[in-house]
Amino acid sequence: MFDYMTLRLIWWALLGVLLAGFAVLDGFDIGVAMLHPFIARNDAQRRVTLNAIGPVWEGNQVWFILGGGAVFAAWPPLYAVSFSGFYLAMLLVLIGFILRPVAIVFRGKREERGWRETWDWLFFVSGFVPALIFGVAFGNLLQGVPFHFDQTLRATYEGGLLGLLNPFGLLCGLVSVTMLAMQGAAWLSVKSEGDVAVRARRYGALAAILLVLLISAAGLWTMLGVEGFRIVGVIDHAGPSNPLSKTVTREAGAWLDNYRAYSWMIAAPAAAYAGALVAALAFALSAKRLALLASSLSVAGVAAMAGFSMFPFLLPSSTHPSQSLTVWDASSSKGTLSLMLIAVIVFLPIVLAYTSWVYYVLRGAVTEAAIRRGDDYYY
Amino acid sequence: MFEFDVVTLSRLQFALTAMYHFLFVPLTLGLALLLAIMESVYVMTGRTVWREATQFWGTLFGINFAMGVATGVTMEFQFGTNWAYYSHYVGDIFGAPLAIEGLMAFFLEATFVGLFFFGWKRLSKVQHLVVTWLVALGANFSALWILVANAWMQNPVGAAFNPQTMRMELTSFSEVLFNPVAQSKFVHTVSAGYVTGAMFVMSIAAYFILNRRHVDIARRSLTVAASFGLASALSVVVLGDESGYTAGENQKMKIAAIEAMWETEPPPASFTLFGIPDLKSETTKYEIKIPWVLGLIATRSLDKPVEGVKALVERSEERIRNGMAGYQWLAKEGGRPNAAVPPELDASMRDVGHSLLVKRIRPDIENATDAQIHEAALSTIPDVPVLFWSFRIMVALGFYFIALFAAAFYLSSRRRCGKRWFLRMTMYSLPLPWVAAELGWIVAEYGRQPWIIDGTMPTFLGVSNIPASNVAASLAAFVLFYSALAIIDVALIVKYVRIGPREEADPQASGAPVFPAPAPAQNQ
Repeated sequence: MFDYMTLRLIWWALLGVLLAGFAVLDGFDIGVAMLHPFIARNDAQRRVTLNAIGPVWEGNQVWFILGGGAVFAAWPPLYAVSFSGFYLAMLLVLIGFILRPVAIVFRGKREERGWRETWDWLFFVSGFVPALIFGVAFGNLLQGVPFHFDQTLRATYEGGLLGLLNPFGLLCGLVSVTMLAMQGAAWLSVKSEGDVAVRARRYGALAAILLVLLISAAGLWTMLGVEGFRIVGVIDHAGPSNPLSKTVTREAGAWLDNYRAYSWMIAAPAAAYAGALVAALAFALSAKRLALLASSLSVAGVAAMAGFSMFPFLLPSSTHPSQSLTVWDASSSKGTLSLMLIAVIVFLPIVLAYTSWVYYVLRGAVTEAAIRRGDDYYY
Repeated sequence: MFEFDVVTLSRLQFALTAMYHFLFVPLTLGLALLLAIMESVYVMTGRTVWREATQFWGTLFGINFAMGVATGVTMEFQFGTNWAYYSHYVGDIFGAPLAIEGLMAFFLEATFVGLFFFGWKRLSKVQHLVVTWLVALGANFSALWILVANAWMQNPVGAAFNPQTMRMELTSFSEVLFNPVAQSKFVHTVSAGYVTGAMFVMSIAAYFILNRRHVDIARRSLTVAASFGLASALSVVVLGDESGYTAGENQKMKIAAIEAMWETEPPPASFTLFGIPDLKSETTKYEIKIPWVLGLIATRSLDKPVEGVKALVERSEERIRNGMAGYQWLAKEGGRPNAAVPPELDASMRDVGHSLLVKRIRPDIENATDAQIHEAALSTIPDVPVLFWSFRIMVALGFYFIALFAAAFYLSSRRRCGKRWFLRMTMYSLPLPWVAAELGWIVAEYGRQPWIIDGTMPTFLGVSNIPASNVAASLAAFVLFYSALAIIDVALIVKYVRIGPREEADPQASGAPVFPAPAPAQNQ
């Protein structure tokens, strides 16, 4: 169908699509969870925020699970090294993703105030912890993480959880938390009315402005303070997936190489900035749909920015840079990439079609009055 | 007795999280289909009692589904976190069905399950029915793909080792998909799920009838569950036999261990109904045997022998020796960009997986002594008593389910519910399908040991290179966290069973609200 190099490029792009899909769709669930205790201040309002994502969070969460599955299938070395290397961080993310479904479904199943408030805060944790850790993880990817292989390609990771919590990693964690809070606020402003919607717009505008500042700080730091990675010598784009036969150097500013070589990639940071600025304005003007659209654009832009800066690197090694995982030496075989591409071409349009239909059926705001009436199903 | 290294802890954690996840999966599979059946009757007859039944069982389904989603995420990521070398080694093959499962099954199930709950007023009757069927379909697709992946670990077909990338790579997806182990496992496992769903509905319905509450809905639910359960229980046992058959083809050691059969059985092999396996003397005491049955199950013939543990260990020993040449070549040449296996080593390469068993005893396996090679060969024997008893209890439960569902089916076809003792027995049978399902997991997966991929990679080699303390921490976290969630989950299910369905005839819920919506919080 395609040659090996093209397939690897397509799968790198698909990885980006999945990441963006996850950040945009599951992102607003995570954002709603983080804002839930602050924006919603009594039981009826909390049921509004919960039910704003009530019918759709399950489907959104699949973007996360599919992300894991797709990395496993298309980039097995990346799956193996990153998940085992970030072991305790992954555990925290998992706990978040275990808490979220049960918090949503269990909260309303008993009437006691203590019960509900406990789940409210666990719901918050289920959003905040994964949001922070995703950002921290990307911050560490940009700096490289300490791993190396032996000759049988068994990986050893030499850092721990605390090593991830370095200043640049934490800054990226803040970018992620702020960005997903903005996305959650945008969703809430569309799906609610009254007090909840007013507060959502206020928090959303604040998050959008903060996001612009934080991206600028992270961008400047990447340009000046982070040593990027660069492959030297001839690259075999269709070579076997073995990360041990190349040479890599490090240099401050190397993460900007791609923007110089391919100027169209500047679209990503442009979308991240413009999206956030327009979202801030739209929140202020109560243009709810525009806010959601702009916020989603910004979120996708931030995700693309990380991917574009690092290309062709997927997981750079700080201790053994030449053993870094790249698009050209960490993929599945040609046969598996082709097969999986067919699966994506067949199923992804179907998924997008029925997901859109479900969102269409569920359109309209969730109101306190409707929940109080109880004439429809609510959590 | 145990050495708490990364391998042991990772295996414990995998077993714990998989078995825990597998508490929710079978019920989702079975209940989703039962909801679809009940709602179909509602749409066809237009009688609201069927909608009320669907909504009541749907509420319980929702609690269970949330737990299934929550614990399922762990499974998808645990291969990478705890079994990194396994993931690198076989991700090219094993990852594909997992990713397709996400694309084809999880999205379908998870996108429509929200509409199942929130769509009653927004969709037409037929639209909502379609949604319910799509949820059931998604759940079943999901079982198909995960079992295709699992079957590949039991019987790794359609793949070859690539010395340039030092991993297994896909050679034929159709072989992976049409793996005979996958076919029989799929039918066997989904049927077990249907039995679980049917028993859940039938037991709770029996509870209502015993207490003379919601008798209308309960009787109807019981009828549906009895017939659905009878068909499923028959399918589990008949097609469980099919599982035995394929295990005979691909995993002779597993069937020998299940049978505690130390010596090769001359044809036609007999089935050991009862016995006490004695590991020291490698014999099984007080055996009660049924002639011919095992030969029929395992070889589908009366003239083929079924090999015993001792003969299989001898064969493993041969393969360990045979793989050494391939291993030594790999140690020297493996990972080079142009590495290609010399044709004269092809046969040896097929047995490298067996040679790797010696790594547990000494890292420089090429210098292993005869005694060490024999020790490694002995490690291919799984835990015989556990398999022997798990299998027998599972099979006994299977026959019990057939009898129970058949009796309930007979009674309900006569428009009767049975005597109180029968209803009580039905009610207390509630946990049994879970017992059978977990035992089935133990037979299939614990019985696969010491292999993570049968004959290809020993389990201890598959782990991540991480500190044991990390795994101990995560294991402790899962134990605490999962125990708390289990208590809450059961308490909520009990609470919603006690509340029971909202019937329109019920004066407390007269009028429009038929939704089991939570009441507002107190003190607000």
